[in-house]
Amino acid sequence: MKQGGDSAKLQAQIDENLKRVYQEALDEHIPDRFKELLEQLRRKESKQ
Amino acid sequence: MTADARDALPDHLPALRAFAISLCGDVATADDLVQDTIIKAWTNIDKFQAGTNMRAWLFTILRNTFFSMKRKRKREVADPDGVHAAKLYERPAHDGRLAFSDFHRAFCALSPEHREVLILAGASGFSYEDVAQMTGVAVGTVKSRVNRARARLCELLDLRPGEDPISGADADTRAVLAASGTQAA
Repeated sequence: MKQGGDSAKLQAQIDENLKRVYQEALDEHIPDRFKELLEQLRRKESKQ
Repeated sequence: MTADARDALPDHLPALRAFAISLCGDVATADDLVQDTIIKAWTNIDKFQAGTNMRAWLFTILRNTFFSMKRKRKREVADPDGVHAAKLYERPAHDGRLAFSDFHRAFCALSPEHREVLILAGASGFSYEDVAQMTGVAVGTVKSRVNRARARLCELLDLRPGEDPISGADADTRAVLAASGTQAA
């Protein structure tokens, strides 16, 4: 069985790459449409 | 009304959108999903329990919206193990290194169920207990799903557990190095 340390190293690399997948998505610029949407929701409510 | 809880929504937007992008694989679909989630969260804020994890609550709304949307699309065949998605996928040509671009392609070829569990339990730092609650399954199911997802990733990357893509040396050589107390990396 070629396991143990190498497997742990591979798993650590997978973790690192997964974090990067998430981090790159996290670094994306948030479009203004969401800020506008929240403002719109708030305005709609204050009218009621 | 707990208007205060909703004031925190913008703080969770980047994480929510990152989760959506990881889940959908494309930004346009992800943004529509985030928009639906914001509206649902806004109108159902009374269902949010103050003091609990708002990010987990928002992520749950988002993933439920995503999977029910997928279920509604009758034409789309359920593909929880990503068998269909993988058909369009080409394995990377290995030069002994795990390149991020290869990893990202392999990740995108996984089923949404596998992408979800890897992002939630791996990258975004939720506990298995949190993920179990968010996805509505048992903790044991989350664990086995994580294991299957990781095994599938290795398969797509042509890596076997025990193979080290960084080092060129084979496993036996490294085993000798390790036994002699020499650190290979």
